[in-house]
Amino acid sequence: MPSPRYRREVPARYRLEAGRCAGCGAVVYPARRICPACRGERFEPMTLSRRGTVVTSTVIHVAPAEFQMEAPYAMAVIETPEGGRLMVQVADCDPNDVAPGMEVALEFRRIRKEGKGGILCYGHKAVPARQGPAGRRDA
Amino acid sequence: MREVAIVSAGMTPFGELWQHSLKDLFVEAALEALRRAEADTVDAVYVGNMSGGQFVGQEHLGPLLADHLGLRGVPITRVESACASGGVALRSAFLEVASGMSDLVLAAGVEKMNDGGDVTNVLATAADQEAEVYHGITFPGLYAMIARAHMATHGTTLEDLAAVSVKNHRHGALNPKAQFRQEVTLEQVMASSLVADPLRLLHCSPVSDGAAAVLLCPLERASEFTDRPVEIRASGLATSSMALAERRDPAFLDAVSLSASRAYHMAGLGPADIDVAEVHDCFSIAEICVLEALCFAERGRGGEAARTGETALGGRLPVNPSGGLKSKGHPVGATGIAQVIEIFEQLRGEAGERQVKDAAVGLTQNMGGSGGSSVVHIFERG
Repeated sequence: MPSPRYRREVPARYRLEAGRCAGCGAVVYPARRICPACRGERFEPMTLSRRGTVVTSTVIHVAPAEFQMEAPYAMAVIETPEGGRLMVQVADCDPNDVAPGMEVALEFRRIRKEGKGGILCYGHKAVPARQGPAGRRDA
Repeated sequence: MREVAIVSAGMTPFGELWQHSLKDLFVEAALEALRRAEADTVDAVYVGNMSGGQFVGQEHLGPLLADHLGLRGVPITRVESACASGGVALRSAFLEVASGMSDLVLAAGVEKMNDGGDVTNVLATAADQEAEVYHGITFPGLYAMIARAHMATHGTTLEDLAAVSVKNHRHGALNPKAQFRQEVTLEQVMASSLVADPLRLLHCSPVSDGAAAVLLCPLERASEFTDRPVEIRASGLATSSMALAERRDPAFLDAVSLSASRAYHMAGLGPADIDVAEVHDCFSIAEICVLEALCFAERGRGGEAARTGETALGGRLPVNPSGGLKSKGHPVGATGIAQVIEIFEQLRGEAGERQVKDAAVGLTQNMGGSGGSSVVHIFERG
């Protein structure tokens, strides 16, 4: 991925910046110009919480070339408490334990290395949510 | 709008056709369609192709293919909607004839997937690059997520998924054009290697080369080319969100539902009127979800259809008598036209051992990506 394309995605990938539609309240991640639910164009900027619930998932056994060293790995669509949904890898657990309904936390991680130069690309991965003395550690 | 008929068809075998190039395949299928109708030329051509640019490094297919078909000068348009490219090419040809702009129009599809390209990555371009592919998802992975959602919401089982592959291979074993002309057992499907859990190798359509073409003209002129035309009664095209994460119910294919209701409305027909259907079983779960979205099965109950034999040849509504994408093969840009050819042959009574008795009305459903686009056509014996 050429670096301008990578940089354009930084607000959503690094900071989970999203938008809440001023018209209908839909949470849109990443932010976009027109609300897919009501076609409104006014949004309040917001960021997604770094936690969520698995909506659906899979374990990738046959992986794209850049991810072959990681296979098998779990992927999931997760929903944050605000209602934003995103596709993420689920790490730090047995991939076969990931299933719909599982509670996860989102952590800033390296996602992939690209091209011959092995340029590092970042974003969020999910990990199993853990209960601690102070509640969820991701809060 | 004028009434439109299909008057002839041509198709290559599907498979790993290393000795044939993209243009060889197109010419073979297109020429067969023209010769069968004894047509020397056409007014226009539409060709469905997902990714000549990435599979074989060839874009600008229009002039290349027209030239090699001996039709230099004829207007030709390449149509792209990922794996639904063929179905959308048919729709474009249908609209051109129905509008009165042209009389004789060829609708074709071609894909050359086996030529050294990185197939996993090329197919992934039909998903959202930034929101999905960046994070390591594959196409089987997206459908595996649809499958897991369907299993969690509706109780669909691994046996239900496997039964779709068993049925379609049983049909494909009877199809001389199919890539895999052998039956598989439930045990073989369930023991095949994992691709993206819960989908295994034998839940997945193969990587294929092939081309297919059909010739369209106004129904009132059809007798000049054939004594058994098949009328295109309706065309419905619809879209949904590209990214799976944005669908409230990932187990339901909204674009398929919408494209079907548009086609049913246009034809003045309903699901109960369909005698035979070819649907987009790129993965076993896709056929299950599509049956529900086409209203052939109640929502959540699509998993029962193959298991109980309802959708097998001899059942209440045979689905994918050609063997479907699973057994016949899935050269992505050609698939939508190949589906139409199976229905064309079924409605003309030419399907041999796969013939559905007294088939008079047929339906095709062709899908792009993880369900971001879907096109449905309804046909009737002319």
